Amino acid sequence: MDSAFIPNGVRRCAPGKFLVVLAVAGAVLLWGVYAMLLCWFKGLNQTNMNNNYGFALWIWADLAVIALGGGAFFTGFLRYIIGKDELKNIVNYAVLIGFICYSSALLILAIDIGQPLRGWFIFWHANVHSMLTEVAFCLSCYFGVLTIEYIPLILENRGIDRVPFLHHLGHNMHDIMAVFAATGAFLSFFHQGSLGGVAGVLFGRPFSYREGFFIWPWTFFLFTWSAAAYGPCFTLLITKITEAVTGKKLVKDNVVELLAKISGWMMVTYIIAKIVDTLYWANVTAPSKGLTLMDFYSHNAFYGVWILILEIVIGGIIPAAILITDKGRKSPAARTTAFVLAVIGVCVNRWVMVLQVMAAPVMTFDKWALYYPSWQEVATTILPVAYGVILIAISYRYLPIFPQEPELNPID
Amino acid sequence: MFPFNFEWIWDMPHMVFMGGLWYALGILGLGMTYCIIKAAVDAGKKDAGNHVGNHARNHD
Repeated sequence: MDSAFIPNGVRRCAPGKFLVVLAVAGAVLLWGVYAMLLCWFKGLNQTNMNNNYGFALWIWADLAVIALGGGAFFTGFLRYIIGKDELKNIVNYAVLIGFICYSSALLILAIDIGQPLRGWFIFWHANVHSMLTEVAFCLSCYFGVLTIEYIPLILENRGIDRVPFLHHLGHNMHDIMAVFAATGAFLSFFHQGSLGGVAGVLFGRPFSYREGFFIWPWTFFLFTWSAAAYGPCFTLLITKITEAVTGKKLVKDNVVELLAKISGWMMVTYIIAKIVDTLYWANVTAPSKGLTLMDFYSHNAFYGVWILILEIVIGGIIPAAILITDKGRKSPAARTTAFVLAVIGVCVNRWVMVLQVMAAPVMTFDKWALYYPSWQEVATTILPVAYGVILIAISYRYLPIFPQEPELNPID
Repeated sequence: MFPFNFEWIWDMPHMVFMGGLWYALGILGLGMTYCIIKAAVDAGKKDAGNHVGNHARNHD
């Protein structure tokens, strides 16, 4: 039925099976859209946000998908700027995952601002002293970069490629992709950093407040660093899941191992910096505000020392140790475990930097303020997952995302 | 965003912040304009059609 649009040299499932996948993901998507419309038409009273939680589940989801989508900018940087040629075999998928992550982040923000009709105010009447303005600028521009990086892939579809203008457009965009990739790396550095900077400059919140360099708190650099380190792990994890779902090998092991090795060493350097930062904060910064480390991890029903261990040891040191060793990297099971742990680690980091910051008491008369998201918040947070599944399914079916797929899965 | 917005001031934060934004937008805009114009020129050439289909799948 749609065989004229399927890439040459690859086999795809029957259209019926494909439509069933789209229908299931579409049903979840519609549930999220319904919740989104409730938030837009009835207002933010549909959420469980309150005076303690101006930032809640959505901002965590935002920060998490942006960190996980960091695989796009870092893989693009390695491929086009550093010249790691092998990564051409996975950079398309990194771009697609980044596109999904960043469009999801923008969608969540459009719901979170409560009044999307005034969303353009942040550009038109920009507050040039706000890190969030910088985030909005860089996020929007970088989404533009990802769109530009994704378009040539769409133009390589067999049906579209027959049109001479579109064929040449895709070719020309490929030719100057290094310029776009460099712009993307520049933008990513600043918005990833500023997202961390927002938490780090909160001098009234000793849990997140950090000293820093010039106007940038240390969290600025840690967020950029962690996105570059952990983002590729998410790309590799989704690649692994796609291989499992399709039952095919899509990327050669040497490509996966190269990206995993770079990611592992980035994680090592990041986690050392993170440990030094945590020790300094626990022994110098927090005491200077009249608090001790255990004040942030006790006397409440949820936040214990376990979350610190989960973030730094289980989600940081262990996956880094696996990925920097030859043995760990070459074992598919160990490698996949490392990817899962790394994704958990960076998500927990973003969780504590958004939600634990809000939960921890500041004044002596304050109590821990715990928060439970409403179903509308949960549905709108799951919405991007369904959207991602749909976009990946369509892209995988009709676009040559994996250049090595025909070679790894020859058609008899 | 623009010097004609009422809140605009010609100070360093505005110049750095908005300069960065317009710099990035300028690169993306000029890059895409170049690609589109060149594609139109290439497609208009008589023999352009001969290249289509013979082109390598992976341009990299």
